[in-house]
Amino acid sequence: MSLGPYLLRRFGGLLLVLLVTSFLVFGLLYLAPGSPLAFILGPRGGTPEQIAAVTEQYHLNDPFFVRYAAWLGDILRGDLGYSIVYRQDVSALISSRVGTTLALVSLAAIIISVVGIAVGTFAALRGGWSDQLTSTLAAIGLSTPSFVIGVALISVFAVGLGWFPTFGSGTGGVDTLWHLTLPALALSVASAAYLARITRAAVLEESGREHVQTATVRGLATGHIVRHHVLRNSLIPIVTVLGLTIATLIAGAVVVENVFALDGLGSLLVRAILQRDFAVVQAVILVLVVAFVVVNAIVDFLYTFIDPRIALGSRQ
Amino acid sequence: MTERTELTERPERTDRPRTEPLLRLDDVRATLQLRGSEQVLLNGVSFTIEAGEALGLVGESGSGKSLTTRAITRMLDPGFRVSGEITFDGASVLGMNAAQLRRYRVGDVGMIFQDPRAHVNPVHTVGDFLTEALVHTKGVRREEAEHRAVVLLDEVGVRNAEQRLRQYPHELSGGLLQRVMIASVLLAEPRLILADEPTTALDVTAQSDVMAILDEQRRARGLALLFITHDLELAAACCDRLAVMYAGEIVEQGTHVYDAPTHPYTVELMGARPSIDERHDRLPVLRYNRETHEMLKAQA
Amino acid sequence: MTIPSTTSLAVADVVRERRVRPGFARTTIERLGTVGCIAAGVLLVIALAATFAPIVAPYDPDFPDLLASLSGPSPAHLLGADALGRDILSRLIWGARITLAGPGLVILIATVVGVLLALLAAWRGGRVDTAISWLLDVLFAVPGIVFGLIAVAIWGPSLATVVGGLAIAYVPYVARVVRGAALRERNMPYVSAAWLQGHSGTGITFTQILPNVQPIVVAQAVSSLGFAVIDLAAVSFLGLGVQPPTADLGLMVKSGFDSVLRGQPIEAIAAGSLIVVIVWCVTIIGDRLTSSARSIR
Repeated sequence: MSLGPYLLRRFGGLLLVLLVTSFLVFGLLYLAPGSPLAFILGPRGGTPEQIAAVTEQYHLNDPFFVRYAAWLGDILRGDLGYSIVYRQDVSALISSRVGTTLALVSLAAIIISVVGIAVGTFAALRGGWSDQLTSTLAAIGLSTPSFVIGVALISVFAVGLGWFPTFGSGTGGVDTLWHLTLPALALSVASAAYLARITRAAVLEESGREHVQTATVRGLATGHIVRHHVLRNSLIPIVTVLGLTIATLIAGAVVVENVFALDGLGSLLVRAILQRDFAVVQAVILVLVVAFVVVNAIVDFLYTFIDPRIALGSRQ
Repeated sequence: MTERTELTERPERTDRPRTEPLLRLDDVRATLQLRGSEQVLLNGVSFTIEAGEALGLVGESGSGKSLTTRAITRMLDPGFRVSGEITFDGASVLGMNAAQLRRYRVGDVGMIFQDPRAHVNPVHTVGDFLTEALVHTKGVRREEAEHRAVVLLDEVGVRNAEQRLRQYPHELSGGLLQRVMIASVLLAEPRLILADEPTTALDVTAQSDVMAILDEQRRARGLALLFITHDLELAAACCDRLAVMYAGEIVEQGTHVYDAPTHPYTVELMGARPSIDERHDRLPVLRYNRETHEMLKAQA
Repeated sequence: MTIPSTTSLAVADVVRERRVRPGFARTTIERLGTVGCIAAGVLLVIALAATFAPIVAPYDPDFPDLLASLSGPSPAHLLGADALGRDILSRLIWGARITLAGPGLVILIATVVGVLLALLAAWRGGRVDTAISWLLDVLFAVPGIVFGLIAVAIWGPSLATVVGGLAIAYVPYVARVVRGAALRERNMPYVSAAWLQGHSGTGITFTQILPNVQPIVVAQAVSSLGFAVIDLAAVSFLGLGVQPPTADLGLMVKSGFDSVLRGQPIEAIAAGSLIVVIVWCVTIIGDRLTSSARSIR
């Protein structure tokens, strides 16, 4: 399949999934006990203006599918609704916080790729007790929830040694990096451990391949063989896991942002849930799901560049 | 990559008289510890190959033919214990340090494997595969390396060579890919080629083509060849001498083997070849086995 | 696929394919290996202590001994007491109950639903398979913990809500693996043999295919259990799951976190470590079961 039709088909599939998830997110409101109006306004009740605003925002006077279409239309126009708690447009709330989450997830993704691939390769090539040690550490890292690591990091490096700030996301630039280091570490550990495992297995498998023998018998340097043949050929499993991991990091950020009191999408979501700020809940969940789906699609697309044998779209 | 400069130097060739063969194996034994017991996989293998000479090594599966090539290139798994003497142009292969070993692999021996599909990295282009060794071990510039690759592909009968360089291995047929493998070995300008059943994985029509090209190129360049196969006729046709292996030993070798075999195993092996001229109700089965082999050795 | 032509051959085929298993205990120990057995032993001890919490725990987990508030280990309180003076050891033991039972329930529900969907997809094939696979893909498009949060957003914070939400999230993880395995079994000659003998599709699915994919089901369930423990503890840590004053390990890390800032780290360390130990044991057992389930093929 050539590039154009592939992208078109891929994009179509993406839209379909997004349509279904948006419908589900929209439908959530009707799973809730009580009438939508009562649910959104909650025990606070509401002023006549609020009732009118909610009725308009959710098009409550229209039939169900018209409501959905209208709601979807609003979203596509960038209108994510109005937060009753913050008395602000949801899109403004989200855009002011998305940067923190993006920075956190990106930093974590970098840590995961570097540490995971390096440790996994090292363990596979060295073998012996360094392999045993890294495998054990990876198993422990994999078993440790991010919030436990977050609490431990704050206790030791922020409260105990005072090297890092305890809370907040900093004022930008290097300060933000400094504030986000511990959170990104907490977010990375489990995924880096998992990636190290996958890398180790992939490198071990590729090192035993016949074409590596060919490279060896041609007298190529070990470093060259590791980079150009072993690691290069291990990229498929590595990128798969990395993509999956980055996609789940977006959800993992919800927890870590709360540990470190970062002002990102995750902490916004948790507060919105606790305060029954339903428009915010819907919008943030929609953003999370879209990000998750898009990252997965990008990974799928990358396969074709990594392995020439995989034709576009053949890997479903 | 620091070693690159020294690799471009050829090991100095001593002007000793031509009494010393290019490759000499002397009582080579390879053993492997397997579940507590010691398995002897090569049991005192000795032979020589002169410069420009072709030796055919024949024998059944598991007789140790491939292991012999691996011992010559020091490609055996670390679990193997190798003893005896392997010398290339007077230098001890088993005694080489890492740098010497690489220089030996880069410039002295070239290996053609049985299954090119598995032995060529599928994610790099044919051009990358061909030029890789030149660029990274001999410091040849990429454009120069690609030029040489095109010339050689042409010589081994690959048409549209320029275009082939941009293709991936899975886009080439097995026979074509094996020619690429042969070209890659010739590019390194070795003095000895080890060919481990280079045609077994190919379909019948491609087999003879590939073999003809290997034979022709080898003779034209005056390269020595260790040709491993279980096809006796093929070995006899393109080799100066034959050596027959059984159970990790060479039971018989020389120029007479094909026409007048003397060892009972070789005799049976010759008799077991199916032929178009004769009709058999059932194909002959080799009666020669480990027991016969041990008995014969005890008698000798 | 070859379909045996005579009944006697078919019977022989069926008999051969039914994997006879020697004693359950012995094979399980063999599958787990040394490390796996240690992990299983540790997990068993924790589970027993949690089950018999009323007998084992030295104190009522909710009893506040305000004089002991934030005290370190002592003969009276082996692991000290939390900010409200409650005995940490007792709260750990009671907390392990929820930390094991909650995810256990999540996986139980997800496994039953997932296996039913997978078997249905594998046996019916065609459109049913397409529809189910598509449903699973959509479920996959939402990260697991988000399901828990969505459930909480609708029905309010509680253990039951989170368990329900996470159960849905784990269905595709079980169903995908089992569907693949069931499809392989479905194409085995013994299945066509049973079909030729006139067994019903439902009968074959439950008496022939299910027993043969059972090791994979168990391995996948145990592997998912580790992640469910982490997810559920995380939701509780966020204050959206188990509600105070109930003892729960995720909540204890949360309240212990406040104590850390006041200079007493024991509660957070103890609760955090117990979660790690539980998840580690479950993961190890899951890994062993998975590799042995694969090696049977």
